[in-house]
Amino acid sequence: MEKTINGNPVSVNEEGYLTDLKQWNKDIALEIAQEEGVGTLSPKHWEVIDYLQNQYRQNIPLTIRKIGSSGVTDIKEFYALFPGGPLKKASKIAGIPKPVSCI
Amino acid sequence: MTEVMEKVAPVAAKAEKDKIKKMCFILSKAGLESVYACFIMANGARMEGIEAEIFFTFFGLDAVHNKRLENLHIATVGNPGMHIPTFLGGLPGMESYASRMMKKQMEAMDLPSVHEFLDILSASGVKMYGCKLAVDMFKLSKDDLYEGIEDIITVGDFYENAAGEGTHIVFV
Repeated sequence: MEKTINGNPVSVNEEGYLTDLKQWNKDIALEIAQEEGVGTLSPKHWEVIDYLQNQYRQNIPLTIRKIGSSGVTDIKEFYALFPGGPLKKASKIAGIPKPVSCI
Repeated sequence: MTEVMEKVAPVAAKAEKDKIKKMCFILSKAGLESVYACFIMANGARMEGIEAEIFFTFFGLDAVHNKRLENLHIATVGNPGMHIPTFLGGLPGMESYASRMMKKQMEAMDLPSVHEFLDILSASGVKMYGCKLAVDMFKLSKDDLYEGIEDIITVGDFYENAAGEGTHIVFV
């Protein structure tokens, strides 16, 4: 489904996740972050987003445990950065698919 | 046709349903299968932005007992899920063997060890409590338990924590 986020036309699925990371840019991330109640994005947020995108490009499934051992952030900080469902929200903001892992 | 329509609809229906706010787990046994089921469910709740709490009682206390938590086993006797004859499950070394195999498989699936899992739960904001009655019965104190245990509480305290709409209690 087509949608315009912060002036950018993008394809999203029915839950609002971008279906093509190539269409992603920082303006889109800022808008989704607002919608998801994450608010403004700090340098740490961008660092995490960058990490998530890199993992996705390498086809590595994301888990909370991986976030903890990423060296980018720790689990406690991750929950504080993206309150209320961090892995899903961060993935949405990063323009990558909803994580399918249970852990 | 109606079936197809129903399959398309759940996203809209999902938003209208009241959300689960809090999951309270009571862990009463410390077989690996129970402990992991409980931990994965509690962690999964936090990942969805749902509050989560675990109340460790009776044998479930082993899962947070510093001296025991890394040596939890899977039951090979009386566990139909093992798919082996009960008398084989009772042979010496069988339980250790099965537990070792299970741990190996879990590691391959990127599942953390019990201690690491407790660290993850703690960092994720899962509130963990020991049951006062069970702690007294086993002559333990808070010092014997995993450092992330918030407190030793009574059943009454547990229910007080669980009060409110949108809370679910699960007994494992």
